[in-house]
Amino acid sequence: MNVLVVLIPVSLLLGGVGLLAFMWGLKDRQYDDPEGNAARILLEDETPR
Amino acid sequence: MTTACPACVGAAPAVERAVRESSAPSVSLSVPGLHCAACMRTVENALDTLDGVENARVNLTLKRVVAQSNLPPDALARRLAEVGYQAFPYNAAEVTSDADATARDLVLRLGVSGFAMMNVMLLSVAVWSGATDATRDLFHLISAGIAVPAVAYSAQPFFKHAFSALRVGRLNMDVPISLAIVLAAGMSLYEALQGGHHAYFDAALALTFFLLIGRVLEQRTRASAKSAAQELSALEVQTAERMRGGRTETIPVSQLVIGDTVMVATGARIPADGTLLGETAITDRSFLTGESDPVTVAKGASLRAGEINLGAPFTLRAEAVGDDTSLRQMARLVETAENARNTYTSLADKAAQIYAPMVHILAAMVFAGWYFATGDLRLALNVAIAVLIITCPCALGLAVPAVSTAAIGKLYKLGFLVKSATALERLAETEEIVFDKTGTLTKPGFAADIDRLSDDHKSVALGLAQMSLHPVSQALAVHLIGVSPAPISDVVEVSGKGVEGHFDGVPAQLGHAGWIVGTGNGVALRVGEDVVHLTQTERLREGAEDAVRGLKSQGFDLRLLSGDGISRTARIAEALGISRFWGGLGPEEKHQQVLAETEGDHRVCMIGDGLNDTAALAAAHASVAPSSALDASRNAADVVLMRDGLSDLPTLFATARKAVTLSQQNFMIATAYNAIAIPVAVLGYATPFLAAISMSISSLTVLLNALRVKL
Repeated sequence: MNVLVVLIPVSLLLGGVGLLAFMWGLKDRQYDDPEGNAARILLEDETPR
Repeated sequence: MTTACPACVGAAPAVERAVRESSAPSVSLSVPGLHCAACMRTVENALDTLDGVENARVNLTLKRVVAQSNLPPDALARRLAEVGYQAFPYNAAEVTSDADATARDLVLRLGVSGFAMMNVMLLSVAVWSGATDATRDLFHLISAGIAVPAVAYSAQPFFKHAFSALRVGRLNMDVPISLAIVLAAGMSLYEALQGGHHAYFDAALALTFFLLIGRVLEQRTRASAKSAAQELSALEVQTAERMRGGRTETIPVSQLVIGDTVMVATGARIPADGTLLGETAITDRSFLTGESDPVTVAKGASLRAGEINLGAPFTLRAEAVGDDTSLRQMARLVETAENARNTYTSLADKAAQIYAPMVHILAAMVFAGWYFATGDLRLALNVAIAVLIITCPCALGLAVPAVSTAAIGKLYKLGFLVKSATALERLAETEEIVFDKTGTLTKPGFAADIDRLSDDHKSVALGLAQMSLHPVSQALAVHLIGVSPAPISDVVEVSGKGVEGHFDGVPAQLGHAGWIVGTGNGVALRVGEDVVHLTQTERLREGAEDAVRGLKSQGFDLRLLSGDGISRTARIAEALGISRFWGGLGPEEKHQQVLAETEGDHRVCMIGDGLNDTAALAAAHASVAPSSALDASRNAADVVLMRDGLSDLPTLFATARKAVTLSQQNFMIATAYNAIAIPVAVLGYATPFLAAISMSISSLTVLLNALRVKL
């Protein structure tokens, strides 16, 4: 059971990383145009803006 | 993916673009025609290749494009029109308001509760699969450490609503929700600290998570409807040309003061009520009277804000501005009528009114029963809380928003903008549809009766009409599509009168009848000695026949109301097969007629566009307005029709009915689930595991059922 001492913090850490990534994406307006982002993948030579 | 847009056939070539930093102000345009990746590229390229425009970026979800530019928005809209997209400038600052911030806030709370739920669920699974003693207690404590702060943050919207309802002595759905969440978290915390067997942390978080989904969906529906309405109102002309010391200056309408001299260009709307200073003017006041014929007025006549100048530019002295114009006064009348409609009780509210007291009484009874039977306070409380959680309003909370979001999304794709949350329910209840004629069933604008023209005359008429920018000429030119224009020499446009020139050596004129033959109203054509009066006719809006046929087959009673004379109304009614119609009605009479039709719990849906319809629109049980309608009418209507054609109208009503059926089904699913779960919980057999399973299953069933509206 000693492995829990490592595993539980690790799982919490991973969850926390996921949450932070989500918050960053939301703040960065990456969820503002889901349809557009899905369509943009079809375009060639899209220069990042 | 549909290929309905001009650019989908053969994608536009890619153009290299450098990232440029720009300090120019951002200009926003609404582009309803955007469909696919190629559309995005075409629109972005069209704008980026325009001098003075930078960083055009399309948002496909909202069908908008934003660019940095110093050019007026109209210039950008014209450029997009050239590549085949209709575009409307709108005021971005006005539209992206706090609704945006609220949505973001809700999604963040949803994210936090979702991540917390997943982590707690992992720990809970370990407990359920047999962790005991110190391990179980440790897992419970870690769960508490995650769940308590997560719930305290994520469930705040429910707490706030519940609190504000309780403060005014009412019960809403948020009260049992908040109670269940708080009690579940609080009791579990106590149990975790005492080393108890059952902790409901995952249930508290799952409740929060699923209900937040419902809240996000609801908010999104409401915000999109609201922002679309704002977008439309931003289309209204907001500037006026004021004459000062012989010069004209463009100022916002809000800065006009009484006594200002205002210049009204050809084809523009009059910005304020006032008296005519010029000799004569021809205006279209159909939005006020419903009459489609242009009106000629003489010097000193009073003109009202919103009329369209069809003749030469003229000046007027402003006498009522801003909120005092008759246009705004009418709009205020509508607001009062609308408030009456807001008392409508939606399906979800009705359910909450039954559900909230019931679940509280049940939980209290269970607590009392177990306490008297066993004398164990902790056990009694545990069972009562399990009942509260198990009867969780999850499915009930999702039942309506899930369906209406799916339905409104489907209707949006068909070009219907559903503005109010209860509109679908009210549309589904209507039995009778009342149409306005001018501008709703018939095309707005002008169309002349060209059947009386010989082929030669038609080509001369087109030759002349092409030379003029006047709205009547342009409408005539559109009407004469397919005719080859005659070559006309020496073309002169006589401002406010018409166009003249020579065809084959004989003089030809097209314009106001009073100018050509000396008397009369309306439009006339002269070729040599022949004079033909072009009487105005009306063209049916595209799809009007289909719509009427479809609605009839759905069992609706149809009526036609018009401000126009009875004979014109009769002709249109006959053409469409509507047997009951009324002509020559003023705004108040239309309103009365709708009220009369509503007599005896008969639910009426009004479809109209003019300001003369607004009172009727607001009085009807439900209402629809085309996008060409005036601001006030669009505000009064529940649904705005964004496309030109009417052929999808039957789908609107069918979808509304289906949405209500599915919502009711969802309530039945929730009830059926409660019928099984409540006895189990009351008897004390509910475990956190059972609660988690049943909660997820009922919520998913309801969500999946809601998606059937799209079939």
